[in-house]
Amino acid sequence: MRVHKLMLAGAGALAIALTANPVSAQKKYDDGASDTEIRIGNTNPYSGPASAYGQIGKAIEAYFKMVNDKGGINGRKVNFITYDDGYAPPKTVEMVRKLVEQDQVLFIFQTLGTPSNTAIHKYMNGKKVPQLFVATGASVWGKPQEFPWTMGWQPDYQTEGVIYAKHILANVKDAKIAVLMQNDDYGRDYFNGFKKGLGKDADKIVQVATYEVADPTVDSQIIALKNSGANAFFNITTPKFAAQAIKKAHEIGWKPAHYLNNVSSSVGAVMKPAGFEAGQGILTASYIKDPTDSQWDKDADMVAWNAFMDKYYPGGDKKSTFPAYAYAVSSTMAEVLKRAGDNLTRENVMKQAASLKGVEIPLLLPGIKINTSATDFYPIQSVRLARFKGETFELFGDILSGESE
Amino acid sequence: MEQLIQQTAAGLANGAIYALLALALVMIFVSTDHINFAQGEMAMFSAYLTWQFIQWGANFWIALPLVMVLSFAIGVGIERSILRPLHNAPVLSVVVVFIGLLTIFHALAGGIWTHTIKAVPSPFPQVSFPGSGYIGAHQLGMIVVTIVMLFALFAFFRLTPLGLAMRAAAQNPASARLAGISVDWMLALGWGLAAAVGAVAGSMVAPAVYLEPNMMASILLYGFAGALVGGISSPGGAVAGGFIVGVLENLIAYFGNVIERATGLYIVGNGEKLTVALIIVITVLTLKPNGLFGHVTVKRV
Repeated sequence: MRVHKLMLAGAGALAIALTANPVSAQKKYDDGASDTEIRIGNTNPYSGPASAYGQIGKAIEAYFKMVNDKGGINGRKVNFITYDDGYAPPKTVEMVRKLVEQDQVLFIFQTLGTPSNTAIHKYMNGKKVPQLFVATGASVWGKPQEFPWTMGWQPDYQTEGVIYAKHILANVKDAKIAVLMQNDDYGRDYFNGFKKGLGKDADKIVQVATYEVADPTVDSQIIALKNSGANAFFNITTPKFAAQAIKKAHEIGWKPAHYLNNVSSSVGAVMKPAGFEAGQGILTASYIKDPTDSQWDKDADMVAWNAFMDKYYPGGDKKSTFPAYAYAVSSTMAEVLKRAGDNLTRENVMKQAASLKGVEIPLLLPGIKINTSATDFYPIQSVRLARFKGETFELFGDILSGESE
Repeated sequence: MEQLIQQTAAGLANGAIYALLALALVMIFVSTDHINFAQGEMAMFSAYLTWQFIQWGANFWIALPLVMVLSFAIGVGIERSILRPLHNAPVLSVVVVFIGLLTIFHALAGGIWTHTIKAVPSPFPQVSFPGSGYIGAHQLGMIVVTIVMLFALFAFFRLTPLGLAMRAAAQNPASARLAGISVDWMLALGWGLAAAVGAVAGSMVAPAVYLEPNMMASILLYGFAGALVGGISSPGGAVAGGFIVGVLENLIAYFGNVIERATGLYIVGNGEKLTVALIIVITVLTLKPNGLFGHVTVKRV
């Protein structure tokens, strides 16, 4: 009997040992993953009014081509399937359904646009397919309680708005604030964060002017804002309008403390067309290295990015921040997949994406790292303030973080 | 008061933008009896050509005539190759072709020159002059160019035999043909001239709003509004209409703001200025369907 018991115990231990090893080596797959391939789905506006953003999709495709040329991720090739949605939400829904149900991708990555992602938000969470690192700065993508399968990437607009508000309160004496904003969800998201940051000082906003994307210029708005007597200006505009606003303010001699949203902080696409002289002293918050900013010319990340652009995306615009953004966000995705190892289930991909601790990603500003957890679905929440001087944005001060709920 | 003058001046500057494009729309309407939806994108494409010549080292005033000639050729080429087979097609087919052209030019510009906005240097000297606090040199130059263009077009249609032949070909092709006018070539000529006028519009607008493939998309809408208010068949009306729309939208926002400050009551602001401007356009058209300066079209049955 005694022997028998021992044998049993031994057999048990053996069984545990036998099962323990295979568990770590066992490969687990959901749809879209196999020994040789990881299928990733994406939509981008390659045509239509927002087709400028299409560069992001093309640059991501080029990035994964580079990854595949270097042997793939854990030996698997990435099959990046991307469709044109023309920035039309109904089309996004159609394309994403095709990706999930027909192409059977493991997850969706970097679908672009606030309206497009809103349109598929419920579908993705209902299907339990990850909707990862979406290409929009709206603040609604970080709600793991309600939407555990959706995650943003860049600092959200509200966080950024809070940071500017606090900076104005601390640095502009007797602040009288003027706001120019695009009349849509993007503009309102920034403005809401800004008001939240001002708190009880929200009455320091003396004038708000809105513009429609269909307006040819914002000259009239700038004239009205100047006449309000404001000495601080929060500029919530997309690149073309930002350049117009900066130029017009300079022309009519309005010199407030000028805070420019990150959306338009590109030197090549905004500051240069507006005229460097008109842009002196403008403040912005940034998290990514701008390829048109000469201070990064010798930076190792930027050199690697330039080599990548030359070899894999020669048709891309090196003066645009979009391919740089695409490179950084794709690096984050590749890191998550590397960490997922051979356990390529949707659940594990999501789990890995939600357990990034202080991860450094190429092209992010020095000191800015990616942090996520089961309750924090905002990967980048830090920015650094920069002031335009000469022909570049000079970083100053500490890394600033905001909390969005 | 100072703001009122500034807003009016900014409105006139915007109005010049609309008026220039409206002129191209009138040009094509008078000479072909169609409204070309691709007119804005063609003007945008021409503006890119101007920018390209400037990049290659040309002076603006040398680049512009070159681009006008090129645009003229493109316009004639489009008419001869794409629209000619559609001469007897229903108007809807023609509209679809126009929309097709619109997307083609848009995608071509984005493909060739990327979507990053480009600054086009102003061709006018940046000097200060009396009143330069209210309006920029380029804006003033734009208004002058608009008026010069207007007179040139007016003279062309009224005073030259070719202008008369073109109007005849558009309004009554059958009779014109009987009178010995080559209607086919008149239509092609109309396309060429509209494209050339568009080239001036695009090249003048670009320094003010920055050059990018979407540059004309929204301006076309205002240009239409201007052309319709003034009368789509009259160059003078289109220019006046453009200025009216431009000034009106600024003043609406301005007075909305004044009322809000005085009474705390929000009635209109920048968000509604386009809506209000278009309501006025509709009102004008309901009362005067041919526009403020348009001719009443009489057709003999």
